[in-house]
Amino acid sequence: MLRVEGLTKRYKAGDHALKGVSFTVEPGQVVGLIGPSGAGKSTLIRCVNRLVDPTAGKVFLNDAEITSGAGDLRRVRRRIGMIFQEYALVERLTVMENVLSGRLGYVSFWRSFFRRFPAGDIEQAFRLLDRVGLTEHADKRADALSGGQRQRVGIARALEQNPELLLIDEPTASLDPKTSRQIMRLIVEICRESNLPAIINIHDVALAQMFVDRIIGLRAGEVVFDDVPSRLDNAALTAIYGEEDWAAMRKTAEDDAEDDAEATQARIERMAGLV
Amino acid sequence: MPVSIRDGRPVWQRRTPARQWAIWAAWLALVVLTVYCWQVMNRGTIWAFVEDAPQQAADLLSRSWPPAWHYLDRLWWPLWDTVNIATLGTLLGIVFAVPVAFLAASNTSPSTAILRPLALFIIVASRSINSLIWALLLVAIIGPGLLAGIMAIALRSIGFIGKLLYEAIEEIDPAQVEAVSATGASRLQVMDYAVVPQILPAFSGISVFRWDINIRESTILGLVGAGGIGVQLESSLARLAWSEVTVIFAVILVTVIVSEWVSAKVRQAFI
Amino acid sequence: MSVPRRWRRPPLLIANPVLRYSVYGGVLVYLVLAISSVEVNWTRIYEGLDRGLRFIEGFLVPDFTTRSRDIWLGMVESLTMTVTSTVAGILISIPVGIGAARNIAPMPVYAVCRALIAVSRSFQEIIIAILFVAMFGFGPLAGFLTLSFATIGFLSKLLAEDIEEIDESQAEAIRATGAGWWQVINYGVQPQVMPRLLGLSLYRLDINFRESAVIGIVGAGGIGATLNTSMDRYDYDTAGAILILIIVIVMLSEYGSSQLRKRVQ
Repeated sequence: MLRVEGLTKRYKAGDHALKGVSFTVEPGQVVGLIGPSGAGKSTLIRCVNRLVDPTAGKVFLNDAEITSGAGDLRRVRRRIGMIFQEYALVERLTVMENVLSGRLGYVSFWRSFFRRFPAGDIEQAFRLLDRVGLTEHADKRADALSGGQRQRVGIARALEQNPELLLIDEPTASLDPKTSRQIMRLIVEICRESNLPAIINIHDVALAQMFVDRIIGLRAGEVVFDDVPSRLDNAALTAIYGEEDWAAMRKTAEDDAEDDAEATQARIERMAGLV
Repeated sequence: MPVSIRDGRPVWQRRTPARQWAIWAAWLALVVLTVYCWQVMNRGTIWAFVEDAPQQAADLLSRSWPPAWHYLDRLWWPLWDTVNIATLGTLLGIVFAVPVAFLAASNTSPSTAILRPLALFIIVASRSINSLIWALLLVAIIGPGLLAGIMAIALRSIGFIGKLLYEAIEEIDPAQVEAVSATGASRLQVMDYAVVPQILPAFSGISVFRWDINIRESTILGLVGAGGIGVQLESSLARLAWSEVTVIFAVILVTVIVSEWVSAKVRQAFI
Repeated sequence: MSVPRRWRRPPLLIANPVLRYSVYGGVLVYLVLAISSVEVNWTRIYEGLDRGLRFIEGFLVPDFTTRSRDIWLGMVESLTMTVTSTVAGILISIPVGIGAARNIAPMPVYAVCRALIAVSRSFQEIIIAILFVAMFGFGPLAGFLTLSFATIGFLSKLLAEDIEEIDESQAEAIRATGAGWWQVINYGVQPQVMPRLLGLSLYRLDINFRESAVIGIVGAGGIGATLNTSMDRYDYDTAGAILILIIVIVMLSEYGSSQLRKRVQ
């Protein structure tokens, strides 16, 4: 469980990125964080694992405070898995090394330097690669993979940490619509399987509504919407993003959803035919 | 405005008159400076020597030919020394250049107030001074021989490798560094997993490139007593034995061509 | 499902283990042989430490005044040599560079220009300087010729590579208007290579100054001769002053040329 209380961030340049943000994420809940560019979405998730240090406010992970002063940063970060926009894999390392880098917060420098990870870590890494369907690519260099495959490696790296929370920053930013859905589906499934809470920072509102349990809308550093996706109506979207013809967007999103449903239906029928 | 109105019609010019004049003035200044420099430079030139230069050249050529090929037998050992000066000097240079580069790169330097300017100064000082001058100093301090040559090559290489490497470090993708930091990796682990893989190709390319340059440089260090084939060159020149000099030049030429070929091959392999 | 509990990183460069270990072994043997062939005379180094200290003192407390006249003359020679040789080098490099670009030069011209570049690049400046001093006598004229010759090898090669990498469609479009060879060069090629040529010329100016400080050692004039003399006289205070001057001038010229490049590009 994640609890955020009055989180505030003011950058040195004077930008007031977050203004007292509070919310709680229950175990297994997948939260979509939406809002216009510059609303503070990226700052918010980076304040949680302290890639950015908040100016004020507290973050509790499973009832232990993780924002307090000079506490061990390494211990905090290794409990929180993060999946990045445009994958952020270390391109010149192999897929396996990228996945194992999820254990860096647990092993000593020399162990990681000689790539001698504990057998349990390696076993888990192979299981995760199997889960995301990349076992045969383990020894390939990360830059040899396609976009969707790279994001799967990113997911495996985050899970290799045995995280208590997942932070996901624009996971589908550079993927095509089909791959985007596959990636979102995979993330949501994994969170369900292990009862893992997650915050997904996402631009694509329609995609968010399709997959997440709850949506938080951020505007200029403040929470302006916090409810289930079905309650995200045109008025709420206007409150988050400003005036725009939302009906048109909704229409295309619904068409997409129908297409998706049809595709699923077709697949089921094909399999039924085989039986 | 490049388009002006003259006699009621628009006239197109490439530049505004002021800009055109400024460009002409700059060219004129360059010509004046060059001519002035030429005159100052040649105040002490004895033109009689220059006039008989073709004769001198013909004389030189006649004394250089045929090459004294038997001299080749006495060049193998100095050649081995020359290659060693370049190789060991490059390795020693790398050992010092790598930490200097990490201190000089703005994204990895631990202190931008003291250590970074210091590292940048080391790089500039090392780059400004040619390896032959380093050799001159070292021969005076530690005496003639291979060691002075190796250290001269190393001192010059620190600046070259350090500069190119720190520029490569500053150009790495910060997202990969952030991603590895987010797993809870320590500072050293972030270096090992996110920074080093990104700069490794640049690093190996730079090092081999410098090795190739160092082979050239080490052929002449012997002129000031720092070992290698230059020692033979110096003694042949002192005895005006130009037919031996021809052989030495031929050996240097072949060595340089081979080292260039090796360096090109190795660089291809590392990409 | 059972998965492996062991994993080894695949080797980075050489997949064949026998070959890999023999390469490692070969490198090790070479290093041992190379290092053992370096004879170190420890007593000489111990005696030299004192001189080393004096040199560092000279560097920290340099003496610009005692030999100010020699330093001044050397610096003037170096700087004038740098300017004239860079200008002359650029003037010759442009036609040679155009001639060495495969996409615009006819074959015989290409071969001649490439040969000239290869000769200029293969020999160290010092070796060229020795030959020019033998032909033209001691002094900065030999240095000027050396640096000009070295500049040709450097600039023409890079210019030729630039020309070979231009966007052909731009030159083709100019050719399609019915432009002659010179017009194609002027309108289709020059605008594409000009900014980089300027940057390279300024870079070569830096290099020529640094080289001008060296070729004096073999008699081709410049500050190198003064430095060599002061080292021979064990006059480390003057030597320190000269080195500081060289470093400062290189820093200034690098700063100046980077500012100029920013404005032009």
